[in-house]
Amino acid sequence: MHMADALLAPSVAATMYVASGAVAGICVKALKKDEDMAKLPTMAVTAALVFAGQMINYTIPGTGSSGHLCGGMLLSALLGPQAGFLSMVVILAIQCLFFADGGLMALGANCWNMAFYGCFIGYYLIWKPLMHSRLFAGKKNAARVKIALSSVLGCIITLQMGAFSVVLETSASGVTELPVGTFVGIMQPIHLAIGLVEGLITAAVLLFIYEARPELLTELDEGTEKAKSRCSLKTTLAILTAVVVVVGGGLSLFASGNPDGLEWSMFGNSEAGYSENMGLDEEAYGISSKTADAAEAIQEKTAFLPDYAFSGSDSAAGTSVSGLVGSAIVAGAAVLICMLGGFFRRKKSCHG
Amino acid sequence: MDKLSGAQSELREMDVLAAGISVVHRLHPLCKLLVTVTYIFIVVSFHKYDLSGLIVMVLYPVLMFQAAEIPVRVFFYKLRVVLPLVCAVGLANPFLDRMPLTQIGNLVITGGVVSMLTLMLKGCLALMASFLLVATTPIDMLCGALRKLHVPKVLTALLLLTYRYVGVIMGEASAMSQAYSLRAPGQKGIHISAWGSFLGQLLLRSMDRAQELYSSMELRGFQGEFFYSDIPACRVSSVMFVLVSCSFFACARVVNIAWLLGNLVVR
Repeated sequence: MHMADALLAPSVAATMYVASGAVAGICVKALKKDEDMAKLPTMAVTAALVFAGQMINYTIPGTGSSGHLCGGMLLSALLGPQAGFLSMVVILAIQCLFFADGGLMALGANCWNMAFYGCFIGYYLIWKPLMHSRLFAGKKNAARVKIALSSVLGCIITLQMGAFSVVLETSASGVTELPVGTFVGIMQPIHLAIGLVEGLITAAVLLFIYEARPELLTELDEGTEKAKSRCSLKTTLAILTAVVVVVGGGLSLFASGNPDGLEWSMFGNSEAGYSENMGLDEEAYGISSKTADAAEAIQEKTAFLPDYAFSGSDSAAGTSVSGLVGSAIVAGAAVLICMLGGFFRRKKSCHG
Repeated sequence: MDKLSGAQSELREMDVLAAGISVVHRLHPLCKLLVTVTYIFIVVSFHKYDLSGLIVMVLYPVLMFQAAEIPVRVFFYKLRVVLPLVCAVGLANPFLDRMPLTQIGNLVITGGVVSMLTLMLKGCLALMASFLLVATTPIDMLCGALRKLHVPKVLTALLLLTYRYVGVIMGEASAMSQAYSLRAPGQKGIHISAWGSFLGQLLLRSMDRAQELYSSMELRGFQGEFFYSDIPACRVSSVMFVLVSCSFFACARVVNIAWLLGNLVVR
């Protein structure tokens, strides 16, 4: 789900930087308030562990494929949401800088999509309420079931939110021609499966920690002993229902703007569908909607070079040829620079 | 070589590259960071059909690769896995945007093809700029530059510590993974029965290690801040680098240089 720089418009990237920066600021302030610098090495080592853990493949039984660990939920369960968020930011920064996994300009968006939802939504709306709830109260394995349930639910819901944010950010940037409905239709189901697998892996690790060193998990002591004084089952279910309604309802409403995108592309439509439009009837091509028209109007107004001559213009051919020739000159200059660089390096090594 | 060992050697190679002594390596890290961010922002701001305008931006990484004495093939080799993914982003465009833009002979070039190429080029150029920054600036210098931008010390200290421990933990995870695979020949990944214990064991050991680490840091006088004493002073050359680079980027963004050059030849 790491977004590349090319997927984002500068305005969207800057907005996401501001949003993630604000959250990071709040987290830093909260950690300073606690004056808990002892947490710093723990955060660093745990972040490094999640980084390494995400490179380990876990076999999914019966499928032949493998899954990975979900960092956000694991870190917030171990360190709390603020420290977890900052650790995720650092992981994403290292992935971006040293492994080109996600762009430098898209770092703000990636932090929001993968760290914010995983650490804050996952923690405050799923992990904490569930751990404090009276769900399965009196049952022998109540804590274990709650850990597993919150891990799986947390991973699924936060990954869905992250995937939906990717669609929104990419669509708001106007870089892909893929209709929003189709994009949502592709992204959400894939991440539903990924979320389920990641949730199960995260649950397995957290359950192991619970068995071996339960004091390392946040909210656990209070959750098992003071459950009655905190969230009731009703409150927990109400919060979870609200999350499901917001996520599910929001997605379906958005998708309904282009309800037939994926079905069209899959099954075809003999009158005006994709199967006929693919290269045959250019005038009838495209899905028109008010949203798309509005977006196009905004894009026309905000485009830096809106009237850059292309089709239909008398000067189009000239412009294109000039552009091509100019590009060739630039390419030639680039090759020349490389050759000169090589020449001077050879000269330097000869003198050396 | 498994994924973890591969990542470890990638990190080591980047450290070796960053320890170079070229002109670019000597530039002030903050200046390099500012130029890189400006470059990426300007590159992605180009219109989706403005391929000829964007091509001029190739000159910056090409010049920087030469000045930094890093062969361009190193970039392509290191990012051989990521680059196809970046390029795959716009593959659907030619099918979805079939508006003809221009014609060369009988060949009609549609908007989708141009926007796909623009998107691919944008992705590659942004990656090149990030790579150049990291390949010419050691991580401690980068953190020092971030501190100069008033990024909270908690975040920079965390970045430094995590970077230090990524190598150590990856080494341990790699050894565990290798030991596991030797005992489970022909098996892909970790079996479901060991999902929790495999990483859980490593996590527990790491948490203990973190406590020991903090104790040793305290003994050496750590009070929450690292000091970055080796950052060179910002010289005139670094300031000139920022001014010239940013002026060129702004110029390339406003004026289609490729088109102007072409006009000199084509009438």
